[in-house]
Amino acid sequence: MKPLTAIVFKDIVIEMRSKESISSMLMFGILVLVIFMFAFEGSGLDKSLIGAGELWVAYSFAAILGLNRSLAMELDNDCLQGLLLAPLGRGALYLGKVASNFTFMIIAEFIVLPVFFILNNLSFDQRFLAIAGISILGTLGIAAVGTILSTISANTRMKEVMLPILQIPLTVPVVIAAAEATSQILNKETPEISAWLTILAGFSIVYLVISYLVFEFAVEE
Amino acid sequence: MSDRLALQAEDIRKTFGHFTALAGVTLNIERGEFLALFGRNGAGKTTFLKIAATLVRHTHGKLRIEGIDTTEDPERARRHIGFLSHNTYLYRDLTPIENLRFFARLYGLNDADRRIESLLDRVGLRRRISDPVRAFSRGMHQRLGIARVMLHDPSLILLDEPYTGLDANAVDTLNDMLDEAAAAGKTIILTTHDLEQGLRGATRAVIIDRGKVVFDGAAKDQAIRTAYASCIRVGGKA
Repeated sequence: MKPLTAIVFKDIVIEMRSKESISSMLMFGILVLVIFMFAFEGSGLDKSLIGAGELWVAYSFAAILGLNRSLAMELDNDCLQGLLLAPLGRGALYLGKVASNFTFMIIAEFIVLPVFFILNNLSFDQRFLAIAGISILGTLGIAAVGTILSTISANTRMKEVMLPILQIPLTVPVVIAAAEATSQILNKETPEISAWLTILAGFSIVYLVISYLVFEFAVEE
Repeated sequence: MSDRLALQAEDIRKTFGHFTALAGVTLNIERGEFLALFGRNGAGKTTFLKIAATLVRHTHGKLRIEGIDTTEDPERARRHIGFLSHNTYLYRDLTPIENLRFFARLYGLNDADRRIESLLDRVGLRRRISDPVRAFSRGMHQRLGIARVMLHDPSLILLDEPYTGLDANAVDTLNDMLDEAAAAGKTIILTTHDLEQGLRGATRAVIIDRGKVVFDGAAKDQAIRTAYASCIRVGGKA
């Protein structure tokens, strides 16, 4: 646990100084919500139908910004190599970076989520807590796959472009399951929610385990 | 024999796609040796050091660090290794003390603060402990990099072009610390383009060319100069 907490603590200290990761995710997430609000204003569409998609578009694209920043921090001065020199299994390093990416994403999302509720005139009832729970599960999947993909893209020429190209298709199952579960919560009709939550949890865990096992090869030059 | 060896490389080969970076390097380095590794650009020096540091996996061959097979137990081997390149692997937004505390925790060092303070004293950065590394000059960066390398008291110190961009003062500090490490019985492997700088404290010199060892002898031997000049000349024509 010591290396894992060391990596998370180090990333938090750097973020508190630079304020680059959370602020960029936050700005982007809120901008997406505002754009969607204006785009569908007066369209007559039910907000609870489009709201879930709107929220997960904001989350998943904001996550890419955060992952890019996390990657840039480790590439600056070749710091990733410094981590790789430590007498730790590569899996432990991976879990450390997942934990810090997850923490920053969740902080940003827990500010974006109330804004989403306010912009869509939703009341802060049980649904808020339920969607917060889905956000945690979905973000775990996005952070799990995003951390390894950002490491893989670090060894490519078009780092910042490569990450979304790899990340978006691979997180589709997580985003679809999370958006479906969120939509059912917003509609107050939850007949299939357990199925979607099972898919969401399943993909998040599978991504985490597979990435943990293959991270060693992702950091190989 | 093998229990006297800090590094034992047997027929180490490394290919990147179709490019062969190392074409079979066999090198035994005894504990306490100070080896200067020379070669022109692209000869394979950095690749060899990165393989020795377990940063890059070799394609073929066997490598042991302090008797530990780096393929079988890389984590244990890494405890013995300190690696410094021209990049110092330090986080620019952290202060020197935060950087060193972070690496101390990664290495599982308990009560590292006293050692960190003494190292910062040694590299002359005690008065800058609260400044972010971002504000440091290249020389100060490298001095802090040396402190990072020495933090876990490695027995094998690998230095890849450590003099790059250093001013005379920083070169002196680095040389003093290398002399101290050599006197303390540490094994040092240093790569550089500067023959005089490399031979200064070295006991043994090796030249790598096109991924192979083409010279291996005592650092005081005049033959190293002839071999180096010949290697550079042939390289230049090629």
